[in-house]
Amino acid sequence: MLLNQFLLLAAALFCIGVYGVLVRKNAILVLMSVELILNAVNINLVAFGSLTDDVGGEVFALFTIAVAAAEVGIGLAIVLLMYRNRRSIDLSEADLMKG
Amino acid sequence: MNSLLATALPFVTEGPSEVSSVTNDASWFLENAWIIPLLPAVSFLLILFFGKRMPKKGAEFGIAAVGIAFVLAVLTGFSWLDHRDNFDGPLAESPSVTADDGHHDDDADHSDDADHSDDADHSDEADHSDEEALGVAVIDQDGTSSSDTVVLTVEAEGEGGGEHAYVAVQKSTQWLQSGGIEFNAGILVDGLSVMMLFVVTLISLLVHIYSTDYVSGDRRYTHYFAFLSLFTASMLFFVLSDNILQMIVGWELVGVCSFALIGHWWEEKPNSDAALKAFLTNRVGDVGLLVGMITLFFAAGGGQTFDTLAINNAINQGTVGHTALVVAAAALMAAVMSKSGQFILHTWLPDAMAGPTPVSALIHAATMVVAGIYMVARLYPVFFEGMQIGGSSINLLSTVGAITLVFAGLLAFVQTDIKKVLAYSTVSQLGYMAMALGVGAWTAAVFHLFTHAFFKANLFLGSGSVAHAVHSFDMKKSMGGMKKFMPRTYITFIIGSIALAGLPPLAGFWSKDEILVGTGGWGLFGGTGGNGAYTFHLLMGMVGAALTAAYMTRCIYLTFHGEYRGNDAHDDDHAHADDDDAHAHHGDPHESGPRILWPLYILSGFSILVGFLNLPKGLTGVPDSWQLRFEHFIEPAGASYFPAIAHGAPSWSLAIVSTAIALAGIGGAYWYYFVKVDGLAKQTGQHLTELPNGFVTTNKLARTGHKVLVEKYYLDHLYTGVIAGFTKGPLARATYWVNQNIIDGFINTTGETAVKVGRGVYDKIDQGVIEGVVNGSGKVSDATGEELRHINTGKVQNYAAILFAGAAVLAGAFIIALAL
Repeated sequence: MLLNQFLLLAAALFCIGVYGVLVRKNAILVLMSVELILNAVNINLVAFGSLTDDVGGEVFALFTIAVAAAEVGIGLAIVLLMYRNRRSIDLSEADLMKG
Repeated sequence: MNSLLATALPFVTEGPSEVSSVTNDASWFLENAWIIPLLPAVSFLLILFFGKRMPKKGAEFGIAAVGIAFVLAVLTGFSWLDHRDNFDGPLAESPSVTADDGHHDDDADHSDDADHSDDADHSDEADHSDEEALGVAVIDQDGTSSSDTVVLTVEAEGEGGGEHAYVAVQKSTQWLQSGGIEFNAGILVDGLSVMMLFVVTLISLLVHIYSTDYVSGDRRYTHYFAFLSLFTASMLFFVLSDNILQMIVGWELVGVCSFALIGHWWEEKPNSDAALKAFLTNRVGDVGLLVGMITLFFAAGGGQTFDTLAINNAINQGTVGHTALVVAAAALMAAVMSKSGQFILHTWLPDAMAGPTPVSALIHAATMVVAGIYMVARLYPVFFEGMQIGGSSINLLSTVGAITLVFAGLLAFVQTDIKKVLAYSTVSQLGYMAMALGVGAWTAAVFHLFTHAFFKANLFLGSGSVAHAVHSFDMKKSMGGMKKFMPRTYITFIIGSIALAGLPPLAGFWSKDEILVGTGGWGLFGGTGGNGAYTFHLLMGMVGAALTAAYMTRCIYLTFHGEYRGNDAHDDDHAHADDDDAHAHHGDPHESGPRILWPLYILSGFSILVGFLNLPKGLTGVPDSWQLRFEHFIEPAGASYFPAIAHGAPSWSLAIVSTAIALAGIGGAYWYYFVKVDGLAKQTGQHLTELPNGFVTTNKLARTGHKVLVEKYYLDHLYTGVIAGFTKGPLARATYWVNQNIIDGFINTTGETAVKVGRGVYDKIDQGVIEGVVNGSGKVSDATGEELRHINTGKVQNYAAILFAGAAVLAGAFIIALAL
C-alpha cells in the first residue's frame, strides 16, 4: 500500500503552502500557497478514501476543489481591488488594522 | 342548669339558605316579608331611570309600589295573628337556646304571665301546647333542601299552659363569609316588625298620595318621590333586619334619606344647613351605635354572630358579662339620643322641619325617628340587663326619656312655627317612649310608638294642609281663624290633638296611660306592680301630659281661632315652591283638595280607633278576648330572646288623675288664649297672640325662663359657639403652635441630620470606595489593552502565523495525549 508516500507528499505540499502563506509578500503567491494547502488536504482525502474503500473521500475532494475555485474567485477580486486602491499588492504594506 | 349553660353558647349559626324557598312552618307571607322592602326599592330605581318620562313624573311608581307593599304588610299582619295563636310546627333544635335559664325562676312576675295566658285561652282552640312548653329554639328544618326557617323561641307561658308559644320567624341567607364569620342577610318577623311594617307602609302610602298635591309643580318632584321610595325601602329593611349589622345599614340608609329630604329645597341656606345639622348630629350618635354593636358582637355574639336573636338569647341566659352590657347599653343610648331626638341631641329634629311637610310627617314624626326606640325594643335584653331596669327606680334610659319629655314639651310653648310645635311635641313623645322602655314598660312604649305614628302624622299633615293654604308656617303672622276657611282640616287637627293630649277614649290616652302604669310609681293608691318604683318618672310623665295638652291648645288657638292675620303685611318666606292655583293668596285661604284631605280623614280614624287595640285588663263590660290584644300579639312574652318583664296592673285612679291633669292643661291654656287673649283682642280690635303685659313681660323670673326657652336652652350656642368655637379658636391655635414648634422642629431636625449623613456618605463611601472600584477596573483594562495592542499588527500574515502556531501547539498536545 502506498499510503505513506501519499501522506508524505501531502505533508510536503502542506508545509510548502504554509511557508508560502506566511512568508511571501505577493498576495497572488499567498493565494497560490493556499491552493497548495487545499490540494494537500485533497491528496489526503483521496488517499484515505481509497484505503478504506470509501467513495466519500473522492466526493469530499471534489467538494473541496469546487469551494477552492470559489475562494480563488473572491481572493482575486480582493487582490484586484487592493491593487486599484493602493497600486500595490504587497501584503506587508497592508496594515490598516494595526492596533 | 350549669351543664345547660355550659353547652348553651348562644350562637345561632344557620346554614346558608335560600330565601325564596317555602317551608311548611310559617305561612307564605311571613316567610316572604322581604318582598315588602324590595318593592319600594325597585320603585326607587324605576323613578330614578324613568320617572321624568312618565305622565305623573314618577309618582305612580312610588304609589303603586308602596300600595302593594301596604297590602302585603296587611296580609303579613293577618298571617302573624294566625301564626301567633295557632303555630304548633316544630321548633328548632339547637344548643343555642335553652329555656331553662335562671331568670324565669327568680322573677316574681310569673303570676302576671300566667294571667295573660289565661286571658288568651279563648283565642286558641287546641290546647296541645303542653308539649311545646319546653324550651327551645332554632330549628333547621328540612336539612336536605337548602332552606331553613329558623323559628325561634319559646317556652309556653308559665305553668298555666294552654297558650301557644310566641314563635318568631326568621329566614336568612348567607351574604358572605370572611375569617370564619358568616355575615347573613335575613328577615326577622315577629309582632314588633309586623307592627312596624304596617305603620311604615300605611303612613308612607298616605304621604305619597298627599305629596302628589302638596309638592305638585316642584322643580324636583321626581327626585322627591325617588327619595320617598328609597326611604320607605330603607325603613322597612331596617325593621325586618335579623342581625345587628343589617340594622346598622338600615339605620344609616334612613339617615341619608332624611338628609336628602330635609335639604330638598337646598337652594335656601337654612334648609341645607338643617340637613347638614341633622346628618352631623346623627353622626355623633352613630359612633355610639357602632361601639355598641361591636361590643355586642364580641360580648354576646362571641365574635361569631351578628344575629339579633342569638345575642338576645345569650344575654337572657346570663352568659354575658354585666360590664360589657353596661358599655353596650350606654353606647347604644347615644345612638338613641341622636336618632330618636332625646335631650341633648334632639336639636336637629326641630330644624329638620325645613323639609317638606309630608316628609316631616313620615320621617320626622312617624317612622325614622322611632328607629332608636325600635332598636331598643329589638335589643331589649341589652338594656334590661345592662341598665338593670327590673327592680330599680332610676336608670339612664328612663331618666333621659323623662327629661326629654318635659323639656321638649316646655320648648313647644315658645314656638311660632306650627311645625316646630309639632316637632318639639314629637321629641316629647319620643321621650315618653324612651322613658317607658327605661322603666320596663316595653309594650306600652311600642304601643305608644304605634298610636303616636298615626296622630302625629295626622297633625303634621294637617299643619301642611293649613300651610298649603296660607303659604307659611308662622302661626302668629300668617294664621289665625283658619277654622272658618278650612273646617275639615280643623276637625282632623282637633282629633289628632285630643289623641295627642291623651284624653279618653282616643288613641293617645290608652298608650300614655299604659306608660304611666308601667312606671310602677303609683304606689300611693295600692301600687301597680311594675318592674320597679319609678316614681320620679311617673311625675315627669304627668307633667308632660299637662304640657302636651296645654301647648296643643295654644297651637289650635293660634292656628284656627281668633282672626285671620295672614293679610297684615304678609311675609311670604314660605319655602316650598308650589305654583298651582292655590297661589292666589290675596283672597282668603281655602280648604285643601281631596288628595290632602283623605289622608287626614284616614289618619284621624286611626287616631280615634287604634287605642282600643290594647284595652287594659279587667275593664268591665269588655269581653276578655278584646283586652290586651296588642300586647298578646306583639310582645314576645316568654320568648327566649325577650327578658321576663313584669306588667303593671291598670289603675282607675291613675287613669282618672292623668285625664284630669290633661284636662287641667287644656283648661289653663284655654283660659289664657280663648278667654283672656281672645277677649282682649275683641275688645281692642287688634290681632293678638299673647297678652301684652303678661307674666313674661312683668315678671323677671318668667322673662328669664322665656328667654331660655326661646334660646332652646342655649344648646345650639353650646354646640356651635362653645364646642365648635373652641375647636376653631384656642384649640386650633394651640394645635398650630404645637405643629410649628414641636412637630415641625422634630421633622426639621430629622431632615437636617439626614442631609448631613447623606453628604458624608457621598464624600467617603460613594466618591472614595465605589468610584475607586469603578475607576480602578477601567484603568486595569486600559493598561492591559496598551500592552496587548502590540500583537495586533494589522498584518494578515502575522495573524496567520499565530493561527498556525496555535494549531501546531494543539496538534502537539493532541499527539501527546494520544501517546499517553
